[in-house]
Amino acid sequence: MDVALNWYLALSAVLFTIGTLGVLFRRNAIVVLMSVELMLNAVNLTLVAFSQSMGDPSGQMLVFFTIAVAAAEAAVGLAIVIAIFRSKVTVDITEINLFKH
Amino acid sequence: MDLSTAYPTLLADLPAVVSMMVVGLMGLVLIVIDAFRNDHPAIPWLGAAALAVSAGWEATQLGAPAGTVLFETLRTGGFVAYINLIVLLAGLATTLVSIPYLNQLRHDHGEVYALILYATVGMLMLAASNNMVSIFLGLETMSVCLYILTGLVREDEGAVESALKYFLLGAFSTGFFLYGIALMYGATGTMVLPEMATAELATASAQLLFWGGFALFLVGFFFKVSAAPFHMWTPDVYQGAPTPLTGYMSTATKAAAFAALILVLVHAVPGGEWQLVLAAVAVLTMGVGNVMALAQRNVKRLLAYSSVAHAGYVLVGLAAGTQAGYAGALFYLLVYSVMNIGAFGVMALLEWDGKEGREQSLASLAGIADRRPVLGTTMGVFMFSLIGFPPLGGFAGKYFVFAPAVEAGLTWLVVIGVLMSALSAYYYLRVVYVFWMQSAEDVAATTPGPEAAFPPATRMAVGTLVVCAVALVVLGVFFGGVMETTTGFFEAAAMAAAP
Repeated sequence: MDVALNWYLALSAVLFTIGTLGVLFRRNAIVVLMSVELMLNAVNLTLVAFSQSMGDPSGQMLVFFTIAVAAAEAAVGLAIVIAIFRSKVTVDITEINLFKH
Repeated sequence: MDLSTAYPTLLADLPAVVSMMVVGLMGLVLIVIDAFRNDHPAIPWLGAAALAVSAGWEATQLGAPAGTVLFETLRTGGFVAYINLIVLLAGLATTLVSIPYLNQLRHDHGEVYALILYATVGMLMLAASNNMVSIFLGLETMSVCLYILTGLVREDEGAVESALKYFLLGAFSTGFFLYGIALMYGATGTMVLPEMATAELATASAQLLFWGGFALFLVGFFFKVSAAPFHMWTPDVYQGAPTPLTGYMSTATKAAAFAALILVLVHAVPGGEWQLVLAAVAVLTMGVGNVMALAQRNVKRLLAYSSVAHAGYVLVGLAAGTQAGYAGALFYLLVYSVMNIGAFGVMALLEWDGKEGREQSLASLAGIADRRPVLGTTMGVFMFSLIGFPPLGGFAGKYFVFAPAVEAGLTWLVVIGVLMSALSAYYYLRVVYVFWMQSAEDVAATTPGPEAAFPPATRMAVGTLVVCAVALVVLGVFFGGVMETTTGFFEAAAMAAAP
């Protein structure tokens, strides 16, 4: 049982890292959004693995909420990306730099 | 679990979340009205009424004993009522100032006010959390609504850019926050905050999981309260968002998020091992906020850095980790909310560029106090209070977060804090100077704001700002009652925790 749990945790840690690197290094806003979704789903995997190995349902309960929140975030995020594409005709986040320090 | 007893329990607990229900249901009503007539003039007033009624209800709950409801997911009692009161009154003031502002921008859509109500529901839940699930849900309900409100003026590329930055960085930090919750859950086997404190961390790997998770969790929180080094989004987002809503974002959000952080520190991680981390972040936050604010020419950007700095002052109170420190932080959150809502409210009523004030320099408002004496005077009160000038609320607030830190042995931290507040006098007083002492002729090469472009100074909006200014004077002189109340929450909590 313990060995199995570690495999799940390792997989989700790898997925989370891939998602983080995607957010940090990709320039396309849509790809960044996808990377964020990957991070959230990696966490879901962790939660389900812990929940299953401990026989405690509250972790899986949080997963349901996470899925709902991720869906809401994706809807809002895509709406914002569409709004920015309308005015700038690009979704490259390095070209979205109106504000000066 | 036997469901036949679950439903009666749920029903019996409903009165404890009455303000959440009133505000949330009114949000649904507003959306329905909005579907029939987008700019119905009753919509903002219905929203304001729901917020006012809930605030009245919470005011009666200030003395209630602490407890939990809905299967230990939410807390009740004085602490929750106090934060809810701040959040609801901030929402009310924002709604009243938003009405003329959004009219002027021609964005007086019903859904704006509904979204303010939904964000408020999220904050109410966040401040009442007794469980990681409700913290997450409250934080996200609040954040998703704020992403939309930031990008409200979607024809303006600055507003949309702000929304995109806020959204991408917010979602990114949510990932860390959630991973932190997952690791803490894995180490302790529970989502309930007080049970986390008593859970045994038998092995070294369990301890590593827990503290690693707690660090990630803190990163998420620091992002939401814009503490350095996670503050990068703050100036850009505050500058591009509609001004009254920026005031809401910078106050109610912080009050609710700090409340949840206090609940976690008190109930889930009561050991105090995190004291130095919070102190270090407080130093960095105060330093970055105040130093960066010195060079700003746009008042909204200046206030954004100032709000970063003020998050640092609250963190000083939390770093003390004592009852007095938490009570002082709560008092500071109240004072800070009043003065920042006020400052952003004044800027909203003095906005002329039609781009949420993001291209409007401070110099363009030279001598404005001669033409708008009430706004000029209230802005003076807010600025002096933000500095921490003695007869005003800001001074009492700073005293109550700094004094417990000295007692907790963090004198070096308080010295830095006091020096930083002295530094802050420069940029706050410059606003007062330009408003009162300069005139448009003194400033070369700047077009003064055209009179017709200012939002109409309705009696309700100006009245709200005057009430905020008066409240600051009252809080600065009669702080005793509020401090007694906030200190009482933690004494009661300590007694409840004792066996």
